[in-house]
Amino acid sequence: MNFRVLRRQTWLYLGASLAAFWVLVPIVFTALAAFTPKQDFYLWPKPVVPRRFSLDTMRFFLNTHGVLNSLLNSVWVALMTLGLTLGVGAPAGYAMARFLFRGREAFRLGILVTRMFPTALLAIPITVNFIRWGLYDTLLGVALIHTAMALPFAVIITTGIFLGVSKELEEAAMTLGCSRLGAFARVALPLALPGLAAAAMFTFVISWNEVFAATILTVQNRTLPAQVLTMLRVSPLYFRFAGGFFMIMPALLFMFFIRRYLFHMWGGATAER
Amino acid sequence: MNWRRFLGTDTLLPYLLLLPTLAYLLVFFLVPLGNAISLSFWGEEGFTAQHFLGMFQDVKFGEAIKNTFFLALSIVPLQLITALLLAMLVNTRFRGSKFFLYLYALPLGISDLAAGLVWLAIFTQHGYLNSILMALGLIERPIYFISYQNVGLTFLTIVLAEHWRATAIVLVILVAGLQMISRDYLEAAEVLGAKRWQKLWYVILPLLKPSLQSALIIRTIFALQMFAVAIALGGEIVPVLAGESYYWYSSYRNPHIASAYAVLLMAISLGMTWVYLRFLRTRPEVTRL
Repeated sequence: MNFRVLRRQTWLYLGASLAAFWVLVPIVFTALAAFTPKQDFYLWPKPVVPRRFSLDTMRFFLNTHGVLNSLLNSVWVALMTLGLTLGVGAPAGYAMARFLFRGREAFRLGILVTRMFPTALLAIPITVNFIRWGLYDTLLGVALIHTAMALPFAVIITTGIFLGVSKELEEAAMTLGCSRLGAFARVALPLALPGLAAAAMFTFVISWNEVFAATILTVQNRTLPAQVLTMLRVSPLYFRFAGGFFMIMPALLFMFFIRRYLFHMWGGATAER
Repeated sequence: MNWRRFLGTDTLLPYLLLLPTLAYLLVFFLVPLGNAISLSFWGEEGFTAQHFLGMFQDVKFGEAIKNTFFLALSIVPLQLITALLLAMLVNTRFRGSKFFLYLYALPLGISDLAAGLVWLAIFTQHGYLNSILMALGLIERPIYFISYQNVGLTFLTIVLAEHWRATAIVLVILVAGLQMISRDYLEAAEVLGAKRWQKLWYVILPLLKPSLQSALIIRTIFALQMFAVAIALGGEIVPVLAGESYYWYSSYRNPHIASAYAVLLMAISLGMTWVYLRFLRTRPEVTRL
């Protein structure tokens, strides 16, 4: 290997590692903080790696009134959101991927435009309406608004996924005697399934992370971010760090599972026909 | 009429498949949009500007609008530059570049509130940064990164946290864009003797323009809406527009002024989008949001 190539390689890896460091270090700190015993937070200077690892802080967090409940609420809301979002949005994605029809472009633009409106703009009037409709402070209410926020993404993502499943296979199944529904269920759906699972996880993360709407829509039935946000001012620092850790971990896990689909989804969002 | 055959035709089927999405967005998007506008403009005696006047008179309003703009202005360009550098780095496809790209994309799954708390652990008075600086003997007593005495520094911590959290999305969009640029163009430029910066300036950047545009629009809109990072890190030290909307609803129970803030945010978002579309013009068929 000649010297110039070697030097170039060195710079590449140096740059790449530096950026990786920048991304990872805060996550490592959060994990360390979550396993640091409570009293260590009052030490100065605080040891970066705790003197002993303990579940103290996490136990305190989980035992705080309302937290465990909000954790379960978050899971329920996210599950409902992903069911609703895919149920409503995936057919539209399929239509966008398979058919050329009048109004297709207008629909695509309309979907993109919905992403430009601030959450607050939807959340406040929906909350006012939900008070009237008896959906205020219910998990279903939160899931409904999260679905509204995740739906445009779901349509775009599923369009990309169905574009990736060849239309010819479905047509072949139909010439061999399958109905359209049969061809979809036996050919397109199994092939699209991994992509749809990734889309589902992504929807889950959107709901899991959402805080504005969840906070103003609930009083008793908080989701985890809503619970943490409303307790910010009255909670000790270690409570907040543990809260950050709990919110991040599932999201990171999901990101790991869907890493191969990231470009399918986001690349698809921009590169799709 | 044979319904089964009618439904099976390709003329009607796509519309039937779109119907659930359209209906959902009508009830949970268009209607609330109208409601928000009427909430902010409608009083007891019909049309009124009193809610907007109330918003303008809010003691935090001036600060909030200033902070929102300055935050977006300092975060978005910084993210674009970082993401572009990283995207080019990853696009050289060195051994292990996929792994690094996955690492860089990690913050995509992290919420704004969580990101704020992550950086709070670092910047708080007895946090990690101060502890490390102290251990290295660089400081004698903790620096107050987050305090009313030092709003500038607090602002900076928010910029860093947002940069850390939300650069991933720009990166993913740009990498996707770079991958679509055919190697032929670059090879042609090389044959014609283009230097590295010339390739970047005259070939890559113009071809990347649609991706840059979508990244800019998405990031600016989300940066303008940002609020949980600011609250988690700085409490009310650095008020922002979305945060004011939240406080007016949750603390003061005033949906009218909260909506006025939201409508203002929408107007700013639409205005910025228009500016980007106007000044970063690309062929209309490749414009992406």
